Amino acid sequence: MKVAVVGVGYSGFNANTPDLHWKEITLEAAARAYDDAGINPRKDVDSIVTCAEDIWEGFAIFDEFVPDQLGGVLKPTCTVCADFLFGVATAYMQIKSELADIAVVEAHSKASDILTFGETIKFAMDPIWLREIGNAHPYYFAALEMSQYVNECCITEEQLAEVVVKNKNNALRNSSAPYGSKITVEDVLNSPMVFDPMRKLEIAPRSDGAVVFVLANEDVARDITDTPIWVKGVGWWSETSNYDTMSFNAAYAYKAAKMAYKLAGITNPAKEIDIAEVDDRFAFKEFQHIEALQLSKRFETGTLMQEGYFAKDGELPVNVSGGSLGIGNLLEATGGQKALEIVLQLRRLAGRRQVDAETGVAQAWRYIPTASGAVAVFGV
Amino acid sequence: MSVGKKDISCPPEAPGTPLKDSDIKEKKVTYVEDHPDMRYAWTAGQAISRFLNELKEGKLIATKCNKCRRILFPPRIFCELCYKPIDDWVYVQDTGTVQTFSISYIDPDARPLKEPIIVAVIAVDGASKNMAFMHVLGEVEPEDVYIGMRVKAVWKPEEEREGSVTDIKYWKPMEK
Amino acid sequence: MKVERISGLKFHKKQDVAIVGAGMTTFKRRLNETGKELSYLAIKQALEEADMDLSDIEMVVMGSAPDTFDGLHMKGEYLLDGSGGSDRPYMRVFVGGGTGVFAPIAGYWHVASGLADICLVVCEEKMSSSYPHPQSAFKYIWDPILDRPLNPNLIWIFALEMNRYMHVHNIKHEDIALVSVKNKANALDHPCAQLAEKITVEDVLNSEPMALPVRRLDVSPPSDGAAALIMVAPHIARQVTDNPVWVTGVGWALDTTMWTNRDLYFPRYVAEAAKMAYRMAHVTDPRKEIDVAEPYDPFDYKELHHMEGLGLAKKGEAPILTKEGVTARDGDLPCSPSGGLLGVGNPIAATMGVKACELYWQLAYRAGKRQVAKEVTTGVCQAWGDLMQVGTVMVMSNKR
Repeated sequence: MKVAVVGVGYSGFNANTPDLHWKEITLEAAARAYDDAGINPRKDVDSIVTCAEDIWEGFAIFDEFVPDQLGGVLKPTCTVCADFLFGVATAYMQIKSELADIAVVEAHSKASDILTFGETIKFAMDPIWLREIGNAHPYYFAALEMSQYVNECCITEEQLAEVVVKNKNNALRNSSAPYGSKITVEDVLNSPMVFDPMRKLEIAPRSDGAVVFVLANEDVARDITDTPIWVKGVGWWSETSNYDTMSFNAAYAYKAAKMAYKLAGITNPAKEIDIAEVDDRFAFKEFQHIEALQLSKRFETGTLMQEGYFAKDGELPVNVSGGSLGIGNLLEATGGQKALEIVLQLRRLAGRRQVDAETGVAQAWRYIPTASGAVAVFGV
Repeated sequence: MSVGKKDISCPPEAPGTPLKDSDIKEKKVTYVEDHPDMRYAWTAGQAISRFLNELKEGKLIATKCNKCRRILFPPRIFCELCYKPIDDWVYVQDTGTVQTFSISYIDPDARPLKEPIIVAVIAVDGASKNMAFMHVLGEVEPEDVYIGMRVKAVWKPEEEREGSVTDIKYWKPMEK
Repeated sequence: MKVERISGLKFHKKQDVAIVGAGMTTFKRRLNETGKELSYLAIKQALEEADMDLSDIEMVVMGSAPDTFDGLHMKGEYLLDGSGGSDRPYMRVFVGGGTGVFAPIAGYWHVASGLADICLVVCEEKMSSSYPHPQSAFKYIWDPILDRPLNPNLIWIFALEMNRYMHVHNIKHEDIALVSVKNKANALDHPCAQLAEKITVEDVLNSEPMALPVRRLDVSPPSDGAAALIMVAPHIARQVTDNPVWVTGVGWALDTTMWTNRDLYFPRYVAEAAKMAYRMAHVTDPRKEIDVAEPYDPFDYKELHHMEGLGLAKKGEAPILTKEGVTARDGDLPCSPSGGLLGVGNPIAATMGVKACELYWQLAYRAGKRQVAKEVTTGVCQAWGDLMQVGTVMVMSNKR
């Protein structure tokens, strides 16, 4: 029995939303998704999965504030403390276990409500070993990983700059991307070195938004829509919470992708995947994740990037939406934005960003200081 | 192994090392202290902004859903049961009925209070049945409070109101 | 023991789920072990009972309540290596206080969907890290605009509900206090108990007032602790034991955030969740078909409240059943034979140990001195959470 995405809705994405409460942006995304699927949430939805972390929201038990705006009052609703793609995996499992015929996945980001963003990330670090080291903004955590990775894989500064250039220019074609700009490699190389070797323009700034997906089992999907996008595979993986034993090589993405590809029956990802959206909240992460998803070989990704292999009109477009560098760091909704782009592309609703694709993969990482991530493979 | 055997009781043991508060105060165990500073500013959004502005004016406002005919208080811009936007804004009265109450002798940090706080869930007149919200009672002795008591809001003077639920100081019994 | 797995692509078939092992640590107000160590200790016990080791585990589900207690953001990620999640698919679920029974429900769908054959479910809680008191962390569960300016304490919401329940059904505090007496006495037979003692109704009624009508002996204490369960597919269960305990029904429901808009005398969120679970388990008359129950009892009146929500008693009837001894360990419908949260302790999510794990041990006839007198086939465990919002229910049976 297969599982399909039958409706999608989103709100945003904006750098800041001073006029709307986060409940209201979620409501907007959910209302659009239900309309897209043509269902009445009060009658048809069997399960709702929210992907949220308490501390991003500023509440001790965020689960309490979830049901009303999603139509989930007195319905099976739960919270998974992870990225949107973990929620997609959860909904997939719920449908496969026949606990639900229609399941809804939601994630949102109201990063503009967080006044002390650096402190919040620091709060996730080990209180005994890591938290009190130095006074720097915790982005240095990613910079340390970047330093090892780019040295190991011989990625040059120019190649890293190409990622930023590609994604931010791609974002210009995306009307929901707040950070698109026409920049060049020189602009990136001239931007300040904030966490050597990481430059300011290589870090995705924050943004707000919400994404809601409606998933259904095969029979229901064929009933309610002509264009179901099949969730061919899901995978998720955690390496460890210990900073010193992390692979620094996105092994979590590799293993999660392996699991998803096995479910999807994909044996040669570099050939069988037509489009990918990977987590690029730090520019070097895009390289790591492309390799982890087996879309290119190690030591070759840098050159391929410079040759335009991953550009919109290249062999395997990556982050055609603008990625997180162009759209912004959406916290737990990052995976949602990635999945959203893949689904829109497969439905041929991507406007000026449209590429030819039948199978796509979305991947997200759980951000600093973790080594966990999830992958989802979609197909027509 | 205990699997399958019916005569082994579970759990077989209770691992764990209990500590006393004094062990920590007297530093008999090693610990790390952290005082996080995390601040948020939630945008109020459309519904709550209006609600708070009306509170500043000394009024209580609710919203109406024409489909289920409920008058929703506290106000929200969508009806969560019909899953549709609300149709109208409606003022409700600042009198109500006590649905339930409690006499609290502890503060939020579980420390004892000298004077107990009387907290109640008050169903507001003019709104639908059970459209209540939480607030405190005043000018009444704890033993005189009962479920079903009619109460009226006592507002702060206009210049002291800030646009918060505390613009109502407390609710007092209507009989007095 | 090396479990033999079926190799090859088997991801497409829905399968039944059995529980073959469980473990828990002691519940105490303050434990020296870190959260990771507590999870490890609980998992070790569960693996020993099932005669497996960590390499057999395919996926891990973690349940843990508010991050604010531990003083960590993304605490699921932090705790993952103590929870056996290293180098594995690992997920943390969270529905407030209902996590104690929701984590096993999440474990259920990991196995039932066919994606895993062996799933480890672990719940951990370390409330003592929060200063000045774990209660302080509950300041942040309230709506910042409607509730927080009034400086509410968590006990308020229980006291308001208890008062409403007592008022609607005309129940006296003495009848409710019987639950506290029963559970704390039951807990004397539980090795992990924090507050087991023989008390009387007078002790409860004379104890320190917290937020009337709630008094100190009506409340369960904050605790540290951890619990673990191993859920497996049928072909694995067969290799491990002749008597697995099957998960026959699961259900969960979340009510509206506007808790003040509800009449608090009846937990309709529990009733909805129970409806879903009973339908799955083909239970049509819970009062007759359920042999043992572990309803969530953070406060004594809550056990009664939830019994009615679970359909084990008619509305207002639960205190009568308690008074008549029906819910005692040797009664017709034993409730909280473990001693529940009132007797053993309340480490929010780790209450899985006294709810789901206890139900499993009862149905596997391994509860030792706590074993109920009657023969048991089907049981139900339940948890509650949030602002009077979440009901999570699991029905288990030792017959398939």
